[in-house]
Amino acid sequence: MSLSKKVRELLESHGKPQKEVYFDLENSGFIPQEVVEAMIPYFNMRGYGHPSITHRVGWEALEVIYEAKELLAKTIGVDNPESIVFTHSGTEANNLAILGFLLKNRGSRGKKVIVSSIEHLSVIFPARFASELLGFKVVLVPVDEYGFIDPEILKYYVDKDTVLVSIQMVNHEIGTIQRIKELVDIVKSANQEAIFHTDAADAYGWVPINVRELGIDMLTISSHKVHGPRGVGVLYVREGLELESPLKGQLSVEKLWPGVENVPLIAGFKKAVEIMFNDFDSRVNYVRNLRDKLMKGILDRVPEVLVNGPTGNARVANNVNMSFLRVEGEALTVELSLYGVYVSSGSACSSRVLEPSHVLLAIGRKHEEAHGSILFKVSHHHREDDIIYALEVIPKAVERLRNISAWR
Amino acid sequence: MSSRIPLPYSPKVLELFRNPKNLGPMEDATVVESAGSPACGDMIRLYLKIVNIDGVDIIEKATFESYGCAANIATASILTEMIIGKKVEDAWKISWKYLSDQLGGLPPIKYHCSILAVGALKRGIRAYYKKVGSHPDWLPKDLTTEEKQVFEEEEIMMRYYSSLKTLGEGR
Repeated sequence: MSLSKKVRELLESHGKPQKEVYFDLENSGFIPQEVVEAMIPYFNMRGYGHPSITHRVGWEALEVIYEAKELLAKTIGVDNPESIVFTHSGTEANNLAILGFLLKNRGSRGKKVIVSSIEHLSVIFPARFASELLGFKVVLVPVDEYGFIDPEILKYYVDKDTVLVSIQMVNHEIGTIQRIKELVDIVKSANQEAIFHTDAADAYGWVPINVRELGIDMLTISSHKVHGPRGVGVLYVREGLELESPLKGQLSVEKLWPGVENVPLIAGFKKAVEIMFNDFDSRVNYVRNLRDKLMKGILDRVPEVLVNGPTGNARVANNVNMSFLRVEGEALTVELSLYGVYVSSGSACSSRVLEPSHVLLAIGRKHEEAHGSILFKVSHHHREDDIIYALEVIPKAVERLRNISAWR
Repeated sequence: MSSRIPLPYSPKVLELFRNPKNLGPMEDATVVESAGSPACGDMIRLYLKIVNIDGVDIIEKATFESYGCAANIATASILTEMIIGKKVEDAWKISWKYLSDQLGGLPPIKYHCSILAVGALKRGIRAYYKKVGSHPDWLPKDLTTEEKQVFEEEEIMMRYYSSLKTLGEGR
């Protein structure tokens, strides 16, 4: 049977639930109609040309690229829109930051690269890759039980040999808001030459960012994390900082990332950013309120649950991550899916390597605790009744699987 | 690392995950055996009632409990359905591949669910013959591939946690 037919049969057997609530915004998100409408003209009405070719539809494409760059620059406190580089995903932006910097500096005397132990894999893997390929040494900094890096500990790691430090602003799984200014200051005071990159994919649109005030050299943003389309990422590169692109090919607007810019998606991303930054504080408060209801509601209704990550103001407003003991996370995602509640898990159900989320293991969760973890991301597109529905369904789903469970 | 892998489950897996058969503990079980562990992320406990009718060992009843993914639950469920009423000797011959095929083909990354279920059954059968104090000719002295794999999986986790303890990091 063909694979597509197999998936079709699975979908038919699953059926479409009457009510659906999508919380899996970590992995991909739905796109609001306004954002879809901002993209449509760029497919065939305007700006469908190549932004680096000298004709009208090319210039229309260039116009929207610059509009997006100017807007993005403004939202992170930067004057020069040229320091915004478009890639085709957040993963690519992180790869450009790590590999691009290390390629450019492969001849440098310093050989140490410091990343936190809870970074996104698109930071950890390129760092390891570069260490094998270019002779750098990657060091993972530990975090505490809530995912924080202790500045005092970081101090011991940064030395004269350190060329690059990459620490997330907000963790993508457990929502820890790192005290990034303190960490940047520690790095820069220990070694002024060391470059600081932060993956801000989960911070952007949720915590205010000013790269100049923070002293950050490179910063990653991802479109799909702000209800923009998949397929666009951004790397901010401080003026004067040089990278060598790890990707080779025909250049266009971007001198660091070959391949034609994804113009319609960039137009959509721009719209998504406008929405995120219009009424920033009240939107974040609205989401925090819903998030707290969901988190408290689960804790009130379901026994044997652990909260992964910090509570209070140090947790980003949209994040809920909990471990449901005696239940395996993947089974719970399927069970919740049958009810129309869509989430993801940090379990290792899909392999025999038995390795669940590295983030959860890094904060000291045991394997069996990590296997039962579920990640929800709340957004301003959720309504109170979505939370009420989720709270109705989650206890039933957990109870059924616990009744089956061989783990007593 | 928790990279994501597509898992196109068959409708059969989804159906058995939704409505598993032969679920829960059995009070008059002859043997109860588990395979896997919570730390591994999957664990099956099998309850077997084996009776000897005119010198032939028959599985009269089989039930299960499962901690694991949707495929794990479905695999354990279909295994119990398959073995009820079977001669123990015939049940022993069920391979993990046959089990996977009966579920409409598990995704390769989920083969270990089927291996775990067959491993638990083989453990149960060995436990039964140990209990009654006999060893039929057809029962191999050495562990089969499935049994070895189950041991391996359990051992990896045991080694991991004992090494943490040695390092003083156990909790």
